[in-house]
Amino acid sequence: MSPAIRIEELTFHYREEPELFTHFNLQVDAGSRFGLFGPNGAGKTTLMNLMTGMLTADSGNIRLLGREMRPHDRAVHSLFGFVPQDLALYPDLSPAENLAFFGALSGMRGPAIRKRTRELLQILGLAAVRDKKVRQFSGGMKRRINLAIGVIHQPRLLFLDEPTVGVDVQTRHAIIGYLKQLNEAGTTLVYTSHQLAEAEELCDRVALIDKGRIIAHDQLDRLLEVHRHDGLEGLFLHLTGKNYRDQ
Amino acid sequence: MYKLWATILKDLRVLRRDRIGVIAMFAMPVLLVIIVTEMQSGSFAMANRNRMPLLLCNRDSGAASVQFARALDSTGMFRVIPVLAAPGGQSAADNDDGIRQRLHDREALLGVVLPRGFSALLQSRTNRLAGKALKSFGLDDTIRAGTDSGTAATLRLYYHPVLQEPLRRSAEGALYSALRLVESRQLLRTMYAAINEKELPDSLERELLAGHTTIETIPVARDDSRGNPTVSEHNVPAWTIFAMFFVVVSLGSGIVREKLSGSFIRLKTLPTSYMVAVFSKQLTYLAVTFVQAVLVFGLGVLLFPLIGLPALHLPADWSGLVLVTLLCGACAVSYALCVGVFAETEEQANLFGALSIVILAAIGGLMIPDFMMTGPFRTVMKFSPLHWCLDAYYGLFLEGGGLRDVWPNVLSLVLIIAGLQGIALWGLKRKNLI
Repeated sequence: MSPAIRIEELTFHYREEPELFTHFNLQVDAGSRFGLFGPNGAGKTTLMNLMTGMLTADSGNIRLLGREMRPHDRAVHSLFGFVPQDLALYPDLSPAENLAFFGALSGMRGPAIRKRTRELLQILGLAAVRDKKVRQFSGGMKRRINLAIGVIHQPRLLFLDEPTVGVDVQTRHAIIGYLKQLNEAGTTLVYTSHQLAEAEELCDRVALIDKGRIIAHDQLDRLLEVHRHDGLEGLFLHLTGKNYRDQ
Repeated sequence: MYKLWATILKDLRVLRRDRIGVIAMFAMPVLLVIIVTEMQSGSFAMANRNRMPLLLCNRDSGAASVQFARALDSTGMFRVIPVLAAPGGQSAADNDDGIRQRLHDREALLGVVLPRGFSALLQSRTNRLAGKALKSFGLDDTIRAGTDSGTAATLRLYYHPVLQEPLRRSAEGALYSALRLVESRQLLRTMYAAINEKELPDSLERELLAGHTTIETIPVARDDSRGNPTVSEHNVPAWTIFAMFFVVVSLGSGIVREKLSGSFIRLKTLPTSYMVAVFSKQLTYLAVTFVQAVLVFGLGVLLFPLIGLPALHLPADWSGLVLVTLLCGACAVSYALCVGVFAETEEQANLFGALSIVILAAIGGLMIPDFMMTGPFRTVMKFSPLHWCLDAYYGLFLEGGGLRDVWPNVLSLVLIIAGLQGIALWGLKRKNLI
């Protein structure tokens, strides 16, 4: 299977801080549902930011769907979608207006945006509120719009940073269901979260990282079998320890 | 281009839904310009057209004090309200206390007390001066010097502290003019009587004391077609600039909001440059500042005459007016962009933005005319972008200049805009936002 992401010899450090990643390598297969996990400060968000071009590596190489990631390369940026943990939308605009704006910036044009907006709002149960201000919505509705914005241009690779944080069970179920649909249609998912039960439901491959290093990387079933754990949470604690990591 | 259009549309929608922000950006300058122009027009009228009430307590019983009261009236500046002097035997302090109380009661803002013996002192002094003058002409001094003690009479002028210094000073000037008139008249009569041994005829006196030279006031306008500038031409451009710069509150906090929300981060991952978003915001708010200027200038031209204020006369050079307005707007937007980039919270952007505009307006000459600034303030003034905006507008509105007359200001504004844009760009890069 050809890789959706290939990271080779990546080195990165924040200003006036020691190196977080040193000669880091990772490969994510196309069509997989890849989970990236680790305790606070492990480097998950930094790695996500490097893969999406929000940060620039000191050295090394990141290729997305065969194309090298460069911060201002529009071609590579149009290949992927991103659903950030923060609600990345305009609360004073309606869902349709938000999608129209982000769709245009993703390189789409009027008719295509309108068609895709109708489709997404229908799938995510937001068609009835398409013209209302997002500000008035519940947390779950905002999360669904956040997801819709990330996939409006039908990317082949989708990065998801805690896409279900703070939502109710129904919304979580709907979001996970939709992500599986996307994956079945050929979209590679790169997912990070602290919701390990949800991760077990969604991901088929996982990587656990700590202090900028990969400490486990394989198919989820195989990892659980090798380490003799019933679930991802037990495996996570076994590999990363039980001490607080955010002090 | 489609991305830019989509971003402008988004910014316009966000702006349209910020009702408080829109009201502040459009209603505030309208109210401000009407109120300030009305206030300044009122104080101008008070000093020049409407007479200022003045309490006059005359403790003297001679002719000079009566002439002084008439002279005061003839200045055209005061409405003299006679205050009865306390009955004989009571102290001067009684009269002064009475004046003070009536000033506190706001019956008037000025009060003058003419001391007892004012006419006699004036007469003996003019006798001495006339004698001296006659001697120097080679004539016999036939004037009886009387008992000139050499001391001059002193008037006491009381004023209410709310009376601003410029008005008080012009009142003082008018009082001195009235005094000089009384003294000159007295001297003239004394000398005439000494030489001719008869009284000076009233008609000759009037002719001698009447002013023979008039002053024609001519504004040094570049186009000779312009008359004297009014308070409208002084105020409308100044407060329009102030309003333009106040977009800092809406634009600055809008940028901070985007920075703090995830939308900024998402924009960085999209196949577009964040500069499109920055540029779009600037274009949108540049349009806002232009509409503000059109609105306020329109009010000055059309509404002011209907509400009793002098009509605003627009400059003849429309291209100059449009260019300067666009540059002032661009300067305001660039400043707001800087505030938005460097502020960490919306509160910081709002508070710093608003306070800094008030300070820059004060040092830039919007509140106090720049020619009244002295010492280091004249240098500090040049660091305010509002000063250069105002100077360019004054070149057009007050001096009747055109684009070629205000090009040094235009150049300064272009440099300031470039500087502010450079600082904002540096801030965006430093904060890893672009």
